[in-house]
Amino acid sequence: MEQAFFSKGTFLFYWIGTILFLFNLWDHSGKSLHILGGPLTKTSLPHRQKWALWLTLIGFLCHTATWVIRVVSSGEIPFVHLREAISFFAWAVVLIFLLIEVRYHVYVLGSFILPLVLLALISSTFFPHETLEINAGWSDLWLGVHTTLSILGVSGFAIAFISGIMYLLQERFLKSKQLTDLYYKLPSLDLLDQWNRYAILTGFPVLTLGILSGALWAQYHLGLGLIFNHPKQAIAIGTWFFYLLALQGRVTRGWRGRKAAHMAIIGFVGVLFVFVALAYR
Amino acid sequence: MNIILVGLSHRTAPIAIRERFSISEAQMSEALCRMKADPMIEECFILSTCNRAEAVAVVKDTEVGFKSLETFWMQESKLPPEQIRSALYFYSATDALRHIFRVASSLDSMIVGEPQILGQMKDAFDLAMLHKATGMLLNKMFKKAISVAKRVRTETKISESAVSVAFAAVELGEKILGGLQKKTAMIIGAGDMAELVARHFVANGVQSLLIANRNFDRALALAKEFNGIPIQLEAFIGAIPQCDIVLCSVGAPNYIIHVEEVSRAIAIRQNRPIFFIDISVPRNIDPKINQLDNVFLYDIDDLQMAVASNLENRKQEALKAEEIILEEVSRFSKWFKSLEAVPMIIALKDRAEAIRRAEIEKILSKLNTPVEREILDTLTRAIVNKLLHDPLTVLKEESNSANGNMMLEAASRLFRLEDAGTSRGTD
Repeated sequence: MEQAFFSKGTFLFYWIGTILFLFNLWDHSGKSLHILGGPLTKTSLPHRQKWALWLTLIGFLCHTATWVIRVVSSGEIPFVHLREAISFFAWAVVLIFLLIEVRYHVYVLGSFILPLVLLALISSTFFPHETLEINAGWSDLWLGVHTTLSILGVSGFAIAFISGIMYLLQERFLKSKQLTDLYYKLPSLDLLDQWNRYAILTGFPVLTLGILSGALWAQYHLGLGLIFNHPKQAIAIGTWFFYLLALQGRVTRGWRGRKAAHMAIIGFVGVLFVFVALAYR
Repeated sequence: MNIILVGLSHRTAPIAIRERFSISEAQMSEALCRMKADPMIEECFILSTCNRAEAVAVVKDTEVGFKSLETFWMQESKLPPEQIRSALYFYSATDALRHIFRVASSLDSMIVGEPQILGQMKDAFDLAMLHKATGMLLNKMFKKAISVAKRVRTETKISESAVSVAFAAVELGEKILGGLQKKTAMIIGAGDMAELVARHFVANGVQSLLIANRNFDRALALAKEFNGIPIQLEAFIGAIPQCDIVLCSVGAPNYIIHVEEVSRAIAIRQNRPIFFIDISVPRNIDPKINQLDNVFLYDIDDLQMAVASNLENRKQEALKAEEIILEEVSRFSKWFKSLEAVPMIIALKDRAEAIRRAEIEKILSKLNTPVEREILDTLTRAIVNKLLHDPLTVLKEESNSANGNMMLEAASRLFRLEDAGTSRGTD
């Protein structure tokens, strides 16, 4: 009962938050260049942006409450269903977003993240309740570790994906010299590239641990090793290798900026395919 | 006699056309000599900077003078006449004066209030003086232009807005590179504008500054001021890979930074971005480098556009400056017009003196002592001067009024001074 209440609350607040954040993309504030010999000044944050941020925070708290109630009432580890996995993904992305917000105050990030979060939540409702093949042993702790780590890793990739999109936008503004309102709101290319790097650099090992724990669990419980002939796994492994390549390229060959942004975007499309493949197995 | 000006600027011609009109220091002597050789032109000087190419001349006949200067630019730029005509402006008399004063005060500059233009004008003028291309009129006009520019600078805040372009460069640098702390910048060519931008970079945290300049002493001086590193101009290509920001203002006639060098630098830097700023015209950095990944090139036009400045404030300062200029123009043209009365005044004085002499000669034989002669001479001179004093004063004063020409005409008729009247020219 309460769970449904908080779940609806989550949707409601994210909806309004998203709409406000999207409005912020187009309003004319945020230019920081007011000159006649004066210093660079940051204009104060418009109320709408503060509201969007607060609503997101409230939505996030509702979301958290949903999880807490779910765990306490059922006594089992969630993410058994794909829809819950996606919902957890949305929760993790918002958490990372809020942490970035505290650190960097780049409000425009919400205008990109929140739509993704909302889309994820909406799409999760379309997934059937019981899609994973569940045996008795599924509620094992290992499974929880596997899914949690995997989803956290994927959340990192989502952040890299969003930074990649923002990077490409900002780069286009700078190259074409169209210094629009959005240009002033977007952070520096360097910062966006840093986010991209950190997100993949931390997301990748976490996901790898998640995959390994899953494999160990499967071997232990089901006596199965990693199977590479299944198309779903092929996509998953292919995506994993793609991110490995992106990381390797960044470390050894200095793939950064535009190239790194492209890779983050392509990689995340691969992740989406994995999700879809999971849904239609 | 009239002052005329024919030229073009960033307001009337795009960079591609302006480049064709750019006259380098080496070619300037030849150009000045060629212009001076024209019999229609009495005095002249040529101003060629990044943003403008203008020829100023004192001519007998305005229309003919315009033709001469237009032909001069046609030969200089080697462009077809129809293309030239749409870019050139033609000013004469007070319009020309006003334009020159505005240019000197940096009101017509692309970066309004930038400090470089007055220095460039001084250089151009010195060169013209060296070739004896200028005369009394232009010398006087030029002195006036300098004093007007100084007045505008001290009495208005117009020079502050040049600063905004430097700010724009800093902000762009921050958007590309993140903060400027721990970044390395290089300026190639150490003009005033480059210095201004460099100053802002350093103030915003740029850690090390390389200064490459043709004149090494100047590089040394700037390096001392900014705690930077002076390098030889030839060495700048090798230094690009270590720089996050490269500012170029050499004023070379062609590109000195090309795609190959930059892509090599980016490879060495493992794709860390470089922000190039090209404030020279003709451009000294190949615009194609902007298409390279992790390379961002802004030229002076782009920076100007990037300035979202406080327009209202600036407009008011500009208005103040325009008022100063109008005031000075009317003052100068008064003086200039009074020059038209000068031949008439001289002729009138000469005529009176001639009559006086003739009459004295007649009577001279009848006088005995030198003392008597002396007395007579003094007396007649006094009479002539007293008689002429009022008409001459009125002529001087009225010559720049609306009916000045009528007055001159009347004087020439009354005293039968046709010779002097025609020597005034037909303007």
